[in-house]
Amino acid sequence: MGRYVALRIGQALLVVWLAYTVIFLAVQLLPGDPVTIFLSTDAAVDQATIDNMKRQYGYDQPLPVQYFAQLGGLLHGDVGYSLASGEPVAARIGGVIGSTLALALSAFATAVGLALAVVAAATLTRSAALRKLLTNLPPLFAAVPVFWLGLVLLELLSIRWGVMSLFPDGSFLSLAVPVFVLGVHVSAPIAQVLLKSIDTVYNQPFIDVLRAKGASAAWIFFHHALKNAAGPAATITGITVGTLLAGSVITETVFARSGLGAVVLQAVTTQDVPLVQGLVLLTATVFVAVNLLVDLLYPLLDPRILKSNGQGSPRALGV
Amino acid sequence: MTLQFNETETTTTTTAGPVRGAARRAGAGRARLWLTAVPLLLVLCWALFPALFSWQDPIAGVGAEKFQPPSGGHWFGTDHLGRDVYTRVVHGTSQTLLTAGLAVLVGLVAGTAVGLAAATAGRAADAATMRLVDVLLAVPGFLISLIVVTAFEPGPVSLGVGVGIASIASFARVVRSEVLRVRNLDFVEAAFLSGGTYRTVILRHILPNATGPVLALLAVDLGAAILAISGLGFLGFGAPPPTPEWGLLIAEGRQYLGSAWWMTSLPGLVIVATVVLLAGLGRQLLKIFRF
Repeated sequence: MGRYVALRIGQALLVVWLAYTVIFLAVQLLPGDPVTIFLSTDAAVDQATIDNMKRQYGYDQPLPVQYFAQLGGLLHGDVGYSLASGEPVAARIGGVIGSTLALALSAFATAVGLALAVVAAATLTRSAALRKLLTNLPPLFAAVPVFWLGLVLLELLSIRWGVMSLFPDGSFLSLAVPVFVLGVHVSAPIAQVLLKSIDTVYNQPFIDVLRAKGASAAWIFFHHALKNAAGPAATITGITVGTLLAGSVITETVFARSGLGAVVLQAVTTQDVPLVQGLVLLTATVFVAVNLLVDLLYPLLDPRILKSNGQGSPRALGV
Repeated sequence: MTLQFNETETTTTTTAGPVRGAARRAGAGRARLWLTAVPLLLVLCWALFPALFSWQDPIAGVGAEKFQPPSGGHWFGTDHLGRDVYTRVVHGTSQTLLTAGLAVLVGLVAGTAVGLAAATAGRAADAATMRLVDVLLAVPGFLISLIVVTAFEPGPVSLGVGVGIASIASFARVVRSEVLRVRNLDFVEAAFLSGGTYRTVILRHILPNATGPVLALLAVDLGAAILAISGLGFLGFGAPPPTPEWGLLIAEGRQYLGSAWWMTSLPGLVIVATVVLLAGLGRQLLKIFRF
């Protein structure tokens, strides 16, 4: 157990450090340094201003110095300064993250609930037609663009039926609809993987034994199959963090919500490289942390992962 | 008791005619393949010969005909400048498909190179490339595209490259696992024994036998790229207006949500249909190539 935990944590730290390094190198590969790129749209700027600003932000230092200075700052929670506003990137992100986090977390809960509901209904229904319909839902959800679903719902709810305001006003619908739109999008991969892994579980002999013992379909699903199928679904759930973030940015734009989305868009349109760099690093860290958490919780779902290869039960899932 | 009944029932059906059953299944599979391939070919033709499938001008509108709802003359209605929305969707296909194709090409070429190196160039190379793939996976594809668009001018090329870089990781993983599977087969051993070099064996024996799942991923990834590109186009990072690109069409329609629902809803349906069909094609290709 200790070895497993240490290995996972070490790997996670390695990936975060590599991500920082890759992003740093990628920024160096850009045609021109961040300051020059940032000021490139401004025709009136002269060389002295560029040099001055470079000195201020430390971009005139030799590369290794920049690399370790930024890395050192990172360890203290300092992610650099935005070129557009001069504010620390961490403060810029911290100021708006609350609203995005609320949206993302509720959408995530919705997605997990929706995926569970679709899979449970598809597995437990006696109607073959309904099952076919339900198993085709996740691929459809995956194909619907977030911004399009948002706009169609806005059109129907605000303009056609007039039950929701076009702009966020704190009413229930103006909170629930963005959460639903993002939730549908994120539920697709979770439901697809869960359906597949439930399928694998139902082909195993212990399900037949349970049936023979007289267990009801619902009991088998909720008490046995779901637990056995949860592993792969948990893994994909960790991976959806990235989708959740990208989806949040688009959802916030569609529903005119303030949050990380506005900051991201502003950073990109003003070509504010340090701000984008900070955002990328932040999301990579969150992604790695969430997936580390999933990996660390995995043995609780399926203790077989702790045994060395080939020593698990012969009916081990998925292998 | 019910269990017993079910058991016998399934055994009788399988013993009744495994050949007939397999043939029927193969027939149904072929029909389904046609059902997905034909509409996709139509979309491809839209991209190649837009003038054959539409009759109006995609850029210049007829002022008197603005904001007309869908009708026989204007299948998808007209927009704020009196342009036919269906025509603009047809003419936008090439822009969207070219950008998505560029993305898939970048992902395919770079991903194949990385996956091949990981699977054949020794353990150290495997560990190193797979950690890099982990990093690529850790940064959401959406943000990778945004970095590229920030650093270079927003436009179709930087958008395609950005989305392509984001898809390198998935290609690398599939190629690696396929090459590892093929590499351990007997005929590869035989090819080496009969004097094949690293290069010829990889090019002539390993890669051709590893293409199936990669083709399947290609179809699925093209759909994903179309989604990503239309999303980024919606945010304004793709082709500049008045180019009719799918995401941009919807973004334009957004301003007229109140007066012209068809400007957003109908182009979106085309995107949904295309992506669903591509995902279906990917699933069927996987079934065909997995024996």
